[in-house]
Amino acid sequence: MEALKAEDTAERDRAFNALVEAYWRPVYKYLRMRWRLLPHDAEDATQGFFSRAFEREYFAKFDARRARFRTFLRTCVDAFAANERQAAHRLKRGGGAEHISLDYAAAEAELAGAPPPDDFEKFFAREWVRAIFTDAVAALRERYSGAGQEVRFTIFSRYDLAEGDAARHVSYAALATELGLTTSQVTNYLAAARRDFRALLLDRVRALTATDAEFREEVRDLFGFDA
Amino acid sequence: MSTNAPGLSDQALERLRDAAELPEPDPARYAVRERIGRGGMGTVYRARDLRLQRDVALKVLHVGEDSGELAARLTREAGILAHLEHPGIVPVHDVGILADGRPYYTMKLVQGQPLADLAPGRSRADLLRLFARICEPVAFAHSRGVVHRDLKPHNVMLGEFGEVLVLDWGVSKRAGQNDSPAASNAVATPDTGAGRVLGTQGYMAPEQARGESAYVDARADVYSLGKLLAHLVSVSDAPRMPRALAAIVRKATAPQPEGRYMDASHLARDVQRFLAADPVEAHRENAWEQTLRLYRRHRPLVLLIAAYLVMRLVLILWRARTE
Repeated sequence: MEALKAEDTAERDRAFNALVEAYWRPVYKYLRMRWRLLPHDAEDATQGFFSRAFEREYFAKFDARRARFRTFLRTCVDAFAANERQAAHRLKRGGGAEHISLDYAAAEAELAGAPPPDDFEKFFAREWVRAIFTDAVAALRERYSGAGQEVRFTIFSRYDLAEGDAARHVSYAALATELGLTTSQVTNYLAAARRDFRALLLDRVRALTATDAEFREEVRDLFGFDA
Repeated sequence: MSTNAPGLSDQALERLRDAAELPEPDPARYAVRERIGRGGMGTVYRARDLRLQRDVALKVLHVGEDSGELAARLTREAGILAHLEHPGIVPVHDVGILADGRPYYTMKLVQGQPLADLAPGRSRADLLRLFARICEPVAFAHSRGVVHRDLKPHNVMLGEFGEVLVLDWGVSKRAGQNDSPAASNAVATPDTGAGRVLGTQGYMAPEQARGESAYVDARADVYSLGKLLAHLVSVSDAPRMPRALAAIVRKATAPQPEGRYMDASHLARDVQRFLAADPVEAHRENAWEQTLRLYRRHRPLVLLIAAYLVMRLVLILWRARTE
């Protein structure tokens, strides 16, 4: 978060892009649900919001003593959407920021059939968690694939990503036979993958929080202690 | 970063949350099996103690810290608890800090029903006797200078064979002993932090909720026990409290520690006095209450005398009529 205020433009841009990557889905979905924008308008608004935030350095104004960053960001989205609506401007695509190709169609597919949430704050938080976890899973896959350790990701995904209870209840021994490993290799790889996943997750949360206190609070929420 | 990876489903998200939270103690010593409970203070897992080949309950506290102070305190407490041998106290076997900084301890895995799940409608007298039994291990700990600090229905287990067990001594401390800031955090923060008022708080003494750990002594447990007593009466077949019983609860849950019973044994004794229809310490009764109490206490004798007097009266009237 400190990098958003950096003197070095390249560093500031990198930090900003990382932030966009973590938040664009929650922002898009929030605009769709809370502001009831049509998909195309929500795409424009998402891009417009981040462009405006970049141009006017919204996020540099963040004060960690007053709120969590994601609460601050959601408030900025609300202010942006309200202003745009009030001014009866079409929510336009902005120009200042480096354009990042975002898969709005995928985000839209995730929203398909979902009922409108009762609590938009919780909805935004949940989507933020989903974005962070999704990103950490992708990073884990990438790491193992780069190191020629795909089997670790296979085991991890069979236990922790598979849909349905049947998939989850596959025994270590059965999976070991299927993958040509020993049972202890399966348990060791699974433990290592979970450990790596947790570390990737915590790295991301740390990068997206401004203070140690905020980091701890987000970790508490992320791990579902108050669920 | 992988901006465009497809978003995870709700089910996968929950599963990953569990997986990320799963503790990893020394793999040569413990194999964590499954989560069996989650509360404001921590999460409990069933684990296999590989060295001793037995199942244990492994509790991971929600608070992590890096300074090592908490580890030192937990180790010290494990030492205290090792000497707290009582049939109503579930012993802590081991204590430590996970690689990610979260403290944990293992304890005996108890089979039974938590007091919190007790079906309503049992007789008040039965529940008061049960309460007196809950006080026994706590009173024993108090006699050894140990304060539990987290007494609540979820931490009392009713065993399959009628045992009454008080769990979760992992955050207990010696009375009068100050916690380090990090250690007191372990107790106060999860339950008293803004927006984190969880189940425990209704049972926590005010001085403890304020984080004044230096002032927390046996009377903080008395407060929690008073709340527990009120809970038990409220789920009994006679939820309306007689004045003497209400006075016991009031005294146990007085806002200032000075107004409370000095420890669990004093509270238990007053409850037993109430059960035996003796005058209780918490309430000065008037003449009418005294009469009622004496009637309740000597009910068979009073009824016998009354029956005798009625019979005599009937006999006298019958004779008077026949003469």
